[in-house]
Amino acid sequence: MSERTPLYDLHRELGARFVDFGGYEMPLHYGSQIEEHHEVRRAAGLFDVAHMGILDLEGPGTTAFLRRLLANDVARIERDGRALYSCLLAEDGGVLDDLIAYRRGEDRYRLVVNAATKNKDEAWIRARAPASVRITRRDDLGLLALQGPASPTLLRQALPGPWDGLRPFAFAEEGDLFVARTGYTGEDGFEIAVAASALEELARRLLAAGARPTGLGARDTLRLEAGLNLSGQDMDPGVNPLESNLGWTVSFDDPERGFIGRAALEEAKRTGPRRRLVGVLLGRRAVLRHDQEVLDEAGRPAGRLTSGGYGPSLDRGLGFARLDEPLRGPYHVLLHGRAEPLELVRLPFVRRGQPAYRPLDLSPPS
Amino acid sequence: MSSPPPSDRRYTRTHEWLRAENDGTYLLGITDHAQSALGDVVFVEVKPAGTAVEAGGSVAVVESVKAASDVYTPFAAEIVAANADLAQRPEVLNQDPYGEGWILRLKPAEGSDPGAGLLDASSYGRSLEDAHD
Repeated sequence: MSERTPLYDLHRELGARFVDFGGYEMPLHYGSQIEEHHEVRRAAGLFDVAHMGILDLEGPGTTAFLRRLLANDVARIERDGRALYSCLLAEDGGVLDDLIAYRRGEDRYRLVVNAATKNKDEAWIRARAPASVRITRRDDLGLLALQGPASPTLLRQALPGPWDGLRPFAFAEEGDLFVARTGYTGEDGFEIAVAASALEELARRLLAAGARPTGLGARDTLRLEAGLNLSGQDMDPGVNPLESNLGWTVSFDDPERGFIGRAALEEAKRTGPRRRLVGVLLGRRAVLRHDQEVLDEAGRPAGRLTSGGYGPSLDRGLGFARLDEPLRGPYHVLLHGRAEPLELVRLPFVRRGQPAYRPLDLSPPS
Repeated sequence: MSSPPPSDRRYTRTHEWLRAENDGTYLLGITDHAQSALGDVVFVEVKPAGTAVEAGGSVAVVESVKAASDVYTPFAAEIVAANADLAQRPEVLNQDPYGEGWILRLKPAEGSDPGAGLLDASSYGRSLEDAHD
């Protein structure tokens, strides 16, 4: 049985076509996902992300606990009101989920995790937390994302508050209202938590101010172009962050920090990565698909696409491929029986509305 | 929301429409139901003009954000021309599937029966309603 967010009726009213995602009935688009994509790059789009999970952790020892729980180091967060992206790893280094950790005070944090994994994440975290760390699942809150270059202006108009002028990855709070300058599109924007009962009213205010309702279809092409992984698709418990283009999010700096998965990742670094996740781009307007096989010049299997699609901002087919090391390009995929060359690129494809990709050097990573 | 199938043409159970033109050729497209199910069309690839296709054969592929979908001719025919507009503006297929979003022009092969097995607009409309039950 699919769950619904507090905005389900609003989506219906706006003419959404629905899709199941992470056990939720979510808007896929409201007419045209390509137009919604362009609107986010050009002005601003509003996304319902109330299916995601919010966990508040506080109490003595919370910082120490998160430094053990997460692959990135919350000690790197400079001050209260700043956030950090991290993977949640299993002991063997496999990626259970990715999340954002927000530091709200001394030993006070908020974690925002993915919809499909939130129950498992919560159980995993509770099973490992010391008794002094209080964990509260905040299903009483809902989440919205306002994304696109016009977002700051729209937010100022619809919801004035202490979040005006926030830096990227900073956030501010006022009562239940929680506004962070984070997102999943490669554009400027905000993620906003508010009491679930007030979510619809806030969504209507942001729409009235000019944000366009945007569904999961555009959310997927925007995050693909932005080079951002989707948990459960581009990485999962079967792969580690080094094989998922997420090595930069794992902090090995403090040799004393024994985070979960560290030993396995250090072993993987010693033996050298077996696979690498890269951006792939077609030379023309077309659509790459999740799980397509990538072939080398001799036609031998060399990996698979973890995500694929059509990138409206580049007007070309694009995606992510997990390829066997060492890389041995040139590579191609078969589309309707025809070989189509793949250009390997450094991500992101697009940042702040502009093409941002560079050719990938095929020599082994240093 | 979706527009009813026009009564000036006939339909297949695989959601193509065919409209007889004055010169003996047929325009072929996909229905509003089909474009809506596919989502935004990214490109349309039509077999080259002059290609002869058997009844039930594929004449084009419509590639959308969601899926690649073959388009079939219900009768043996030769492809006369593709809608060149769709190469530049594939979104027209979503916006106007029964008009400017036509996909290609077919000439029925000698001895083929272009009407055989096709549905009229009301039968096609009913078949969609039945599918919803």
